[in-house]
Amino acid sequence: MRLSDAPKGAKAVVQSVTDAHPADPIAQRLRDLGFVSGEPVRLVARGPLGGDPLLIQIGSTRFALRRTEADRVMIAVDGAA
Amino acid sequence: MSASAMRIALVGNPNCGKTALFNQLTGGRQKVANYAGVTVERKEGRFLAPSGRTLHILDLPGTYSFDATSPDEAITRDVCYGRYPGEAPPDLIVCVADATNLRLHLRFVLEVRRLGRPVVLALNMMDAARRRGMVIDVDALSRRLGVPVVETVAIRRGGAQALIQRIDTSVPAIEPADIDNAGIEQLHAEVRSILADTVTLPRDTAAVDDAIDRWVLHPAFGLLILAGLMFMIFQAVFSWAQPVMDGIQAGIAALGTAVTGFLPEDSALHSLLNDGLFAGLGAVLVFLPQILILFLFILVLEESGYLPRAAFLLDRMMFRVGLTGRAFIPLLSSFACAIPGIMATRSIQDPRDRLTTILVAPLMTCSARLPVYTLLIAAFIPDRTVWGIFNLQGVVLFTLYFAGIFSALLVAFVIKRLRKDRSEHALIMELPSYRLPNVRDIGLGLWERALIFLKRVGGIILALTVLLWFLSSFPGPPEGATGPAIDYSLAGRLGRLLEYVFAPIGFNWQICIALVPGLAAREVAVAALGTVYAMSGSDDAVASQLGPLIAHSWSLATALSLLAWYVFAPQCMSTLAVIRRETNSWRNVAVAAGYLFGLAYLASLATYQIARALS
Repeated sequence: MRLSDAPKGAKAVVQSVTDAHPADPIAQRLRDLGFVSGEPVRLVARGPLGGDPLLIQIGSTRFALRRTEADRVMIAVDGAA
Repeated sequence: MSASAMRIALVGNPNCGKTALFNQLTGGRQKVANYAGVTVERKEGRFLAPSGRTLHILDLPGTYSFDATSPDEAITRDVCYGRYPGEAPPDLIVCVADATNLRLHLRFVLEVRRLGRPVVLALNMMDAARRRGMVIDVDALSRRLGVPVVETVAIRRGGAQALIQRIDTSVPAIEPADIDNAGIEQLHAEVRSILADTVTLPRDTAAVDDAIDRWVLHPAFGLLILAGLMFMIFQAVFSWAQPVMDGIQAGIAALGTAVTGFLPEDSALHSLLNDGLFAGLGAVLVFLPQILILFLFILVLEESGYLPRAAFLLDRMMFRVGLTGRAFIPLLSSFACAIPGIMATRSIQDPRDRLTTILVAPLMTCSARLPVYTLLIAAFIPDRTVWGIFNLQGVVLFTLYFAGIFSALLVAFVIKRLRKDRSEHALIMELPSYRLPNVRDIGLGLWERALIFLKRVGGIILALTVLLWFLSSFPGPPEGATGPAIDYSLAGRLGRLLEYVFAPIGFNWQICIALVPGLAAREVAVAALGTVYAMSGSDDAVASQLGPLIAHSWSLATALSLLAWYVFAPQCMSTLAVIRRETNSWRNVAVAAGYLFGLAYLASLATYQIARALS
């Protein structure tokens, strides 16, 4: 599942970050920030207008990610495969 | 390399407290606030260590990684790698990490390790970490990382003591380890393993952050809170300041009478002091309370950690019109002054977003416009209550601010449409933990602002006012002249010439004169009006009476037209200079000045003609 489709509040684990195009700086930055395999994440809130951007908690840090950015992160939600 | 010239760089993730530590060490007063990207420049200071050595301390912009994605991050990378022009790499790196946010910050510590230079890790915000019930085994952490670790509380007096002792003794170079060659996944795995062994963490976030964010980021209440907050600021700027402003006005008037009372009425000195100094400078000085109230709100918002939340709420809308949520903070700073606002755009990664933000930043109503707005509003808009609770003058002021914001969005949208490159723009923005604003910091911030304003009044505004007085006094009127002396002076003639251009938008020659020195700084226009009117014969026109005077001699259409002019006109050379510096292009300066003057003229033309037709 994509991180952008995660249900609000559900706990999930990052599986991978995919490059949208070769040498994708956004994907690289996401990995630097801790979006790597096995890391627990949670979708805390959605933006008020059109549900964009998303507020994502990873570790003790919260990041605002646009949907297009969160689309790069593949996750597995706990309790669902 | 001599020991006395040791150079120490403060590096770390954004918003971990590097600048607060820098201020603590060097006694500096660099700006600190609670959001990522406050420091966008390399700053240098000296610190006299207890041992008597002088240490050079470098404060660098925060970065998540040496793989820089924005101009401010590139500065930090270049300094650390020794690629910064004209600068050797630092002898010692103090890597600052937010103790409450180690999961993210330790990865960068491992990246800094790879540089192979001596490193000390400062675990900052230890007070907040303890409050959350975190327990950190500092010795074990130091062993695992292979670098000395000290605890600091940068915002508390004496909170850097452990760091000072550590950097005053020699710090060993780093022993190379396997982790220095690891890939990104392994780095994160290492961080996880280190944290598991050295840190006990009761919960991931502060409970109070979760509670506040539930309301503040709520899809409906969040936007309502933001709108309410903004509106309250503009109401406060108008209503709270009034008693103090009245006091200052009375004080200046009394001082003017006392000083000039001893001089003969028709002497040049009497005219210079009365018409130039007291009428000119006094007219500007009165606005200090309003500017301080505006800054009080901005400083409190900056310190609290709310601003990135506002950016989160508005990102979608700003993205639609061709900006980014990240532009919110630079644009909000531009309400104080466009110059720091434009510099703050360095934390915007995308060069297209950055340029758009720079071009629209001058449309945000800076504090220098306040004197102009307030003067005209107080003179022409009745002071009465509308819809039960709002002050009409406050509503007009809010409308002017809103006009600036709305046109900025419109201009950004046009720029977006004209642009050919439609590839993806990045946001990725950290939302910090909330913090209670520190009363002392806010006080210091306001004090600095007051000094800056007074320096402007005593410097550029004083110089231009005196110059304008000379131009309005000489050459003197010929024998037998009947009109006021200013009619025959250089300034008077220039004003009459400019009137041809500005008559269609309702400006009289006095306004035209005031606009010219007003190009240097917006408030000068108010001082200049004070001087011009004082010179135009009305001898009793001192600072406090400029308002009633123009209320008497201008039409409402002219006043509204001048207000519209000031929403747009780039009446500020320093802003154009900083656009040139930040974008390194005269073309961008020409584009900005051209479109702003164009909009100003059109807006004033429409305002004047419509207002005249209606009245």
